[in-house]
Amino acid sequence: MKRINWQLWLGFLLSVVAFLSYPLVFVNWASTRDFPWANLVLFAVAAVLLFMGIRRAFAPDRRRLSKIVASGVATLSLLIIVMFLFVAFVASRWLPPSTGAPQVAQKAPDFSLADTTNKTVSLSELLTQPINGKPAKGALLIFYRGYW
Amino acid sequence: MAISVDSPEASRDLCQKAGYTFTFLSDPNLQAITKYDLVHKGQGEGGRDIARPAEFLIDSSGIVRWRMLTENYWVRARPEQVLEAAKLLP
Repeated sequence: MKRINWQLWLGFLLSVVAFLSYPLVFVNWASTRDFPWANLVLFAVAAVLLFMGIRRAFAPDRRRLSKIVASGVATLSLLIIVMFLFVAFVASRWLPPSTGAPQVAQKAPDFSLADTTNKTVSLSELLTQPINGKPAKGALLIFYRGYW
Repeated sequence: MAISVDSPEASRDLCQKAGYTFTFLSDPNLQAITKYDLVHKGQGEGGRDIARPAEFLIDSSGIVRWRMLTENYWVRARPEQVLEAAKLLP
């Protein structure tokens, strides 16, 4: 009875963890979000384990089934790695050019929208409304994708 | 203030969960998002249009003093960048 190919399965598990840990964990800090180095380290360790697992599965004394299983698991892991690299370095850069966005020194277009209490608030109103008795110094507009 | 296509209810839930106390505005019809040329087509639920991430610092006379249009939506303005930019306000 052959022992379980733990390098292979640990490599697979680690590639899943490396993928999921970005949205679930590392996205929370700018240092691990802006460039996903922590995930890349995990993927690198996973790749080494998978390589070891494949070598072990293809040793002369292993059965054919173990080779088939190892190839499948390694291919799946590789797909996870490629998918992550694609999302992180290609798809996340697909953004509209926004050439018409107001430039520095230009007037910011005014707008009126509902706040969380369904009260209509306008930019010009916020800029002229005193804060703690002092005139407002300005406003920071943060546009975001939503669905948080 | 934060602006997205989320409904006031969804933004209220987010504020409660995250403890945000600043203004959250809902732009489901992309009025402001279109005025600022930030529409990202088909990226929302069910292929709806949403806003791309962007930050603008406006002075009290309504002039843009600083802005950040990210090239990668995983990268957003950091608090220290905004605080540095806030020194530009008169």
